[in-house]
Amino acid sequence: MDVKIQQPEQQLIEPLVKPGAKSKRFKKAAKRVNNQKYLQIMALLGVVWMFIFNYIPMYGLIIAFKEFSIIQSISEAPWVGLMQFKEFLQDENFLIVLKNTLGMSLIKLIIAFPLPIIFALLLNELTSLKLKKAVQTISYLPHFISWVVLGGILTTWLADIGVINDVLLGLGMIDERTNFLASPDNFWAIVILSDIWKELGWSAIIYLAAIAGVSTELYEAATIDGANRFQKMWHVTLPAIMPTIAILFILAVSGVLNSNFDQILILKNSLNESASNVIDTYVYQLGIQNARYSYATAVGLMKAIIAFILLLSANKIMKKINGTSLF
Amino acid sequence: MFKLFKRNRRTTSEYIFDNINILIMLSICAITIYPIWYVIVNSLNDGMDAMKGGSIYWWPREFSLENYKAVFNNQGILTSFGVTVAKTVIGTIIHVFFTAMVAYAISRKDLYGRKLYMMIGIVTMFFSGGLIPYFLLIRDLGLFDNFLVYIIPTMFNFFHLIIFVSFFRELPTSLEEAAKMDGANDFTIFIRVIIPLSMPVIATIALFQGVYQWNDYFAGVIFVNDPSLQPIQTYLYKVVAESSSNQMMMNASGTIATKTVTSQSIKLATMVVTTLPIVLVYPFLQKYFVKGMLIGSVKG
Repeated sequence: MDVKIQQPEQQLIEPLVKPGAKSKRFKKAAKRVNNQKYLQIMALLGVVWMFIFNYIPMYGLIIAFKEFSIIQSISEAPWVGLMQFKEFLQDENFLIVLKNTLGMSLIKLIIAFPLPIIFALLLNELTSLKLKKAVQTISYLPHFISWVVLGGILTTWLADIGVINDVLLGLGMIDERTNFLASPDNFWAIVILSDIWKELGWSAIIYLAAIAGVSTELYEAATIDGANRFQKMWHVTLPAIMPTIAILFILAVSGVLNSNFDQILILKNSLNESASNVIDTYVYQLGIQNARYSYATAVGLMKAIIAFILLLSANKIMKKINGTSLF
Repeated sequence: MFKLFKRNRRTTSEYIFDNINILIMLSICAITIYPIWYVIVNSLNDGMDAMKGGSIYWWPREFSLENYKAVFNNQGILTSFGVTVAKTVIGTIIHVFFTAMVAYAISRKDLYGRKLYMMIGIVTMFFSGGLIPYFLLIRDLGLFDNFLVYIIPTMFNFFHLIIFVSFFRELPTSLEEAAKMDGANDFTIFIRVIIPLSMPVIATIALFQGVYQWNDYFAGVIFVNDPSLQPIQTYLYKVVAESSSNQMMMNASGTIATKTVTSQSIKLATMVVTTLPIVLVYPFLQKYFVKGMLIGSVKG
């Protein structure tokens, strides 16, 4: 009944709105927005937040091309073109921070990237489900420990009276006690090993989920063909999780200029600085501690641009090699 | 090892592999747990006794709760704990509510301008202003030495939004429609219908953000000078990195007999107390965050 009465009314309204297609479309849009005003407010609050906390800092990047000091506003500061960038290229620390950043990242990429994959594959082969669950839960534990606390453990262990010295002395691998964090020699190894310790289990989650998603039919077919467990792991599981590996590899490559800031800041000290100063800590040191805002921003911007180019090229190369890509 | 008696229908090489595998896994667990065990054991040992040398590896040599007493009697540490608890609870609740609210609006296919809003967010995943412009912004907003610096700049996260959106898309629309028929507006629907249905994803994001809030020390380092606004992680950072352990000792000396505790033993006890709450919570949320990680990685 109701429906029948409403229909002619709607037909009456439509011709009224007709004059001019543009204004009709505009009115329709306005009506639609008005009908969902609560929804629009909810979405726009997020947009406003992003405008303030993401887009205003992006605008702030222009100070990399200026000589900004704390007494002026950003727009008042004089333009200096590429001066800050040129200065960084001639900076005596340029090569040191670049070497430390790339060195640690590339070793991480070679050693620390494959380990969670191997860990996930081995974990998947455990026949006891209870053991599997227990190992998984324990392996997530270090991810929840803060870098500050882990830094506290590391400084205790690596000190000259610490556990590491005890063990190495006992094994006869060193002759006298040393504080390992007080020299640049071991810094990279400490960073990479502690990173593996902290994130091995957590990074394996994604691979475990990918392995769980492999169709059981594939394994059954392989069994019928007479494949043993290693062959199944190599010929079924590994190819099946290859797309996941590829995407994470692209992200890892594009992140080689990122260091684990929280980690390095806590382990870094003046005695190991020649091995521990990376781009991120250098930006912090220059910008926040020495108040050289424009220069530090230029260093950070240069890093971001190279990282973005790396992301695009890694994406392109992976697309050519095996057809997986981020975008 | 475990499988000695169940040697059914497996080749010898598989049998060997299984046992070696179990051995590897148990070693990984041992390596994971031992450093934490070491800290706990040493924090329960008399501080002066530990200083005598000869490391304590497996069990307290001279059991003592004095270190923990010193921690809980130290006004500076307690204040910092209060800041951490406050910023974790308030920051996480606001983050989850705000991000979920925006995500719900954006998840609705009928939202006008949805694609534009999405684009605005995606750009932020690839480009950012970096540390210095962000630092200047926080300064200009007057958030220095302000508790809100822990809350407002962290109340939204686009990665978390994506996890929320993909969860909301899977929800049945029938309840929403029924609520609409009853005259409820979209905000009421979000509060009354969507939130109660979304507890799994809310638990995931709350865990991620809660861990971030609890463990973050950097905001406290660069934006806060006032010690009464300093979270416990920042306090520990200063102790560890700036080796101001002597100062910590002095703080403690006023309240407790200094014969038994040392700066090192208080540091270890503080580390245990700082870590314990998260370590006790995460195993119960495991099934949620595993799922959340998966959505985050696939769509992100």
